[in-house]
Amino acid sequence: MIMRIALLLACLAAPVWAGDLMPAIPVATGDPHPEGNDYMRRNHMEMMKHDRDLTLREGDRDIGASLGQCFDCHAVEVAGEPVGYDNEQHFCRTCHDYAAVKVDCFMCHTSKPSTDIHRTMATADEPNSIAAYLTRVEGAEQ
Amino acid sequence: MTNRAELTRRDILKSGAAVASLTLASGVTLMAFGGSADAKGADAGKRWGLLIDAGKCDADCSDCVTACSTENGWGHGDHGSPETDPAWIRKVTLKEQSTGRTVSAPIMCQHCEAPPCVDVCPTGASMQRPDGVVLVDKHICIGCRYCMMACPFKARSFVHEPVADQKVNAPRGNGTVESCTLCVHRVDKGRIPACVEACEQAGHSAILFGDLNDPDSPISKALEQYPSIALRDDLGLNPAVRYQNM
Repeated sequence: MIMRIALLLACLAAPVWAGDLMPAIPVATGDPHPEGNDYMRRNHMEMMKHDRDLTLREGDRDIGASLGQCFDCHAVEVAGEPVGYDNEQHFCRTCHDYAAVKVDCFMCHTSKPSTDIHRTMATADEPNSIAAYLTRVEGAEQ
Repeated sequence: MTNRAELTRRDILKSGAAVASLTLASGVTLMAFGGSADAKGADAGKRWGLLIDAGKCDADCSDCVTACSTENGWGHGDHGSPETDPAWIRKVTLKEQSTGRTVSAPIMCQHCEAPPCVDVCPTGASMQRPDGVVLVDKHICIGCRYCMMACPFKARSFVHEPVADQKVNAPRGNGTVESCTLCVHRVDKGRIPACVEACEQAGHSAILFGDLNDPDSPISKALEQYPSIALRDDLGLNPAVRYQNM
């Protein structure tokens, strides 16, 4: 406890040290979260956990919180390429390494942003849409 | 941008509305309050299925397998050992001993109505969506592989080694079981599965995709008009994948 207070006092007395003691959080692009940073810091894992079950079990892909959406604004690029979770500059690791909290997400999920994803419903003029496909199949039958 | 911190109460009301909707008959739904007809996600009124015409399937073509592997990112770090390498979809060639006739067809998860893999799963990871698609929830899969033993179609694979650079739509990782997802990430966004698209592009159109619950869908009409079989029909699993000309 005394050590903690001493450390706190040292931090307050010498703000120059703060950069060494606190994680260097990479700057994100895009609009800030309307919920505020405090809310996101405390609740981001709950938000993603809730929505992962909705997506996987109910097929609801129009969701509010997904890893992919985090990457949209937070992904860190080094030499023009987004870094993966194996790189300690990855935005998740910046805080999680500091807090010594192990993240299991990236054992299965990709840790890099991807353009290879359809976030909008297919329209009937897209050849691989179900609507266009059914039209072709019904046309072939007749 | 929506403030998600304030969404909680609305979410509860929304889920309440979903529960209060009552299905009167197929296609007719009574919304008790606040419900919306275009409910998001997997539609419990649908049952997606495939009808595979072995007569149209070319024994030398494996475009469906390649398309699945590309779409879902499996099969790139293989060791050439079929016992352990993941395979969400396989080409199987059958030969009738007496006549010498051979047929070829792809075999993948059959998306049973009564899936044995779901019965045996100790954690609830092996699950069925409201629209009948059978999936593995890798968040809670412990890798026990009971489901692999229960599956009569050998449709599931176990991931033995760490995986990197997964597809964003197909998370897959070491120590979990995986199988064909009927490309739910595509179907949920109104697109046909990758194998169906590849087969059509190869000029075979041997895989017919559609809603088995809709009597007017091409797949339901084809099943009604022409003979077809379910693999291991003796088990009474009522798979959503059916075969013709086997």
